[in-house]
Amino acid sequence: MAGQMSRRQLLGTLGGLGTGVLAAGFVPIAFAEAEAAETGPKRQWAMVIDLRKCDGCKACTKACQETHHLPESFEWIKVFEVHDKQGGSFFMPRPCFQCENAPCLKVCPVAATFKTNDGVVLVDQDRCIGCRMCMAACPYGARYFNYGDPPIASNPFQRPTPEFPVPQQKGTVGKCMFCVHRSANGELPACVDACGMKAIWIGDLVEDVATNGDETVRLSTFIKENDAFRYKEELGTGPRVYYIAGHGQLLDY
Amino acid sequence: MDARTHDSYVERAMWPIGRGDRKFWFSVVVLSALVAAGLYAYVYQVQRGLWVTGLNQKVSWGFYIINCVFFIGISYGGAMTSAILRLTNAKWRAPLTRIAEATAVAALLVGAIYPIIDLGRPDRFLYVIQYAQVGSPIVWDLVAISTYMLASLVFLYLPLIPDLATTRDTMRPSFLRRIYGALALGWRGTIGQERTLQRGIAVMAVLIIPLAVSVHSVLAWLFAVTVRGGWHSTIFAPLFVLAAMLSGVAAVIIVVAVFRKVYGLQQFITRKHFRYLSYLLIALGMGYLYFMVSEYLTEGYVLDADTTPVLEAIFIGAYAPAFWSFTIGGLLFPLALAALPGRFLIGRVCFASGLVIAGMWLKRFLIVVPGMAEPMMPWDWGRYAPTWVEVTITVGTAAAIPLILILFFRFFPVMSVHEMEEVEGAPEPRHAALVPSYASGGDE
Repeated sequence: MAGQMSRRQLLGTLGGLGTGVLAAGFVPIAFAEAEAAETGPKRQWAMVIDLRKCDGCKACTKACQETHHLPESFEWIKVFEVHDKQGGSFFMPRPCFQCENAPCLKVCPVAATFKTNDGVVLVDQDRCIGCRMCMAACPYGARYFNYGDPPIASNPFQRPTPEFPVPQQKGTVGKCMFCVHRSANGELPACVDACGMKAIWIGDLVEDVATNGDETVRLSTFIKENDAFRYKEELGTGPRVYYIAGHGQLLDY
Repeated sequence: MDARTHDSYVERAMWPIGRGDRKFWFSVVVLSALVAAGLYAYVYQVQRGLWVTGLNQKVSWGFYIINCVFFIGISYGGAMTSAILRLTNAKWRAPLTRIAEATAVAALLVGAIYPIIDLGRPDRFLYVIQYAQVGSPIVWDLVAISTYMLASLVFLYLPLIPDLATTRDTMRPSFLRRIYGALALGWRGTIGQERTLQRGIAVMAVLIIPLAVSVHSVLAWLFAVTVRGGWHSTIFAPLFVLAAMLSGVAAVIIVVAVFRKVYGLQQFITRKHFRYLSYLLIALGMGYLYFMVSEYLTEGYVLDADTTPVLEAIFIGAYAPAFWSFTIGGLLFPLALAALPGRFLIGRVCFASGLVIAGMWLKRFLIVVPGMAEPMMPWDWGRYAPTWVEVTITVGTAAAIPLILILFFRFFPVMSVHEMEEVEGAPEPRHAALVPSYASGGDE
C-alpha cells in the first residue's frame, strides 16, 4: 500500500478539511468532536470465521433462528456451499459483516439503520418504513424482509429493541447484529456458542482479542498468521468479518 | 386560419365538455371497474402484508418499482414534448400541447403512488419527511417527484387559464360557471395579462425540463448507487432520462390518436402531426439504442465478476427472450415501422408507439429483476414471478390514466384554443361578432 492512498485515507483527508471549515464557523461542534475522540469507543466488535473447520452443519443458523424467533427462511447467518474452480468445495457461513462504511446505512431514508459506538450496524424496526433500499444496497445479501407475520416471542411481554429485535416486526427489515444483547451480558453470540467445530470467533478490535468459546487469541496476530481475508474487500465497505480460507481453497474464486 | 376554421376549432375543442354519450359512460364504467379491482388488490395487500406479492428475500423489488419508473417515465415524455415544442416555437403544436400536458399529469399521479404501494409499512410513509436523511436516494426521489408534480400541475394549469375563461363565457350562469370563473382567475385577455401569462408559461417550459431530468436521474440513482452488477453504471441517469422521453412520446402519440378519433379532431390533428411526432420518436429511439449499445459494450468488453452473470442472463440466459423481444420487437422494428414512407402512416406510427411502450416496460423489468436476482453471495440465483395482486394493481393503475384523461377532458377543452389563436393569429375581424366575448375584453 506504500505510496498509494486508500479510499478511506482520501475520505479521511477530505473529511478533515471539511471539519476544519466547520470548526472555523462552529466552534462548539469542533469541541464536541474532540471530546468524543478522547473517550474513543470501548469495543469494536469483529468476527473471524475459520473455513478450514466449518463442516456446513448449520448449527449456527439454527441457534440464531431460535434466539431471535425467526422463520426458517430467515438465515441471518447463512451457510453457503461454495464450489471452487478446482472442483473442491467448502462451506462459508455469512453473517452480517457490520461494515465500517456500510452501504445499507447510507441509503436508509429514515435512519432506521444506524451504527453503534461498538461498531455494530443495527436496525430500528420501530422506524423502518420497509422500502427495502438497504436490501438492494447490501453487497452481501445479509438483510431479510418480514413479508409475513413473524413468529411471536416466547416471552409475551418482550418489547423489541434494535439490540434484541424480538419479535420481528412485519413489513420491516432485519439482520444479524452480532447478538449484542448477549455480549452485553458477557455471553457469546448464539452462532459462536452453537458451533460444534469452534469455527466462529467473536472478537474486539480495541482490546485485540477474539474467542471461539474454547480458546482466546490475540485478534491481530490470529488474522495475520492465518492470512485471513475479508469478503469483497475491494468494494471498500470495510467488513468486520474475517475469513480464514479453507484447505486448498483459492483466494480468488 | 380563416374565421370558419377558427370557429370549428373552438367548437371541437369544447365539444366534449359536459357531454356524456354512451361511449363516454361505457369507458368510464369499464375503466372505473379496473381501477376498483386494483384498489381491492391493494387493500388485500395492506391487510395481509407484502407476502401476497411475488417478492422474496432475493428479489425484493419487482413490479411496483418497475411500474414507478415506467409511469413516471411516460409522464416525463408528455411534459417534455410540450416544453420542447413551446421552446422551439413549433407552430404545429397548438392542438397537441393540452393532451401532452394532461397525459404528463395523469401518468405522474399514477407513477408517484407506486413507491407507497411498495412500502412494507405504508403507515409510516411520512417518516420519510419527519426523519429525512439527505444521503438517501429515496429522499431525493421524494423531493424530486413532489417538485416535479407541482411543476407539471402548474404547467398544465397556466395555458389552461384563457381557455377556462372561454368556457366560463360560453356557459349560462350556473354553479359550474362560477367554478370556471374562479379557476380563470379573472382572465380577460388584456395585454398585461397576456404578457404575464406568456412569461409564466415560458418560465415553466424552461423549468419543467431540468425538473423532469432530475426526477428520472434520481430514479436511476436508486439503482446506480448500489454495488449490484448491471446497476452500478454511470450511464444509468441519462439512459433513464432518454428511456422516459421515448416511452412518453410514444404514449403521447397514442393518446393523441385516440382523442383525435373519439372527439373528431381529424381536421386539426393531421397526418403532419403524426409525421412530426414520429420524427421525435425515431430520434429518441436511436438515441436510446446508442446509449444501450454504449452501456452493454463497455460492460461486456470488461466482463467483471459482478456484471458478467447479469449480462449472461440477459443476453443468452433466462431473461434472453424478454431482452430480444424488447430489442427487436420493442425498439428496432417499431422505429423502422415509423420511419418508413408510404400509406397508413397514422396507424403505423400508433402501432409502433404501442410496441415501444410495451418494450420500455420490458426494459425496466430487465433492469430491475435480473439485477435483483443476481445473488450477492454469488451462488444461488433468485426467482421472481408476480402474483395476481401485483398484476391487478398494475392493470388498475394503468386504467387510471385514461380514466383521469377522459374525466379531465369532460370538463376542460381538449385542444388549447388560446394557443391556437396565439400561433395562428386572431381571426379576421368580419366575424368579430362570433368571437366569444372574452376576446373583445367583455367581462361576465
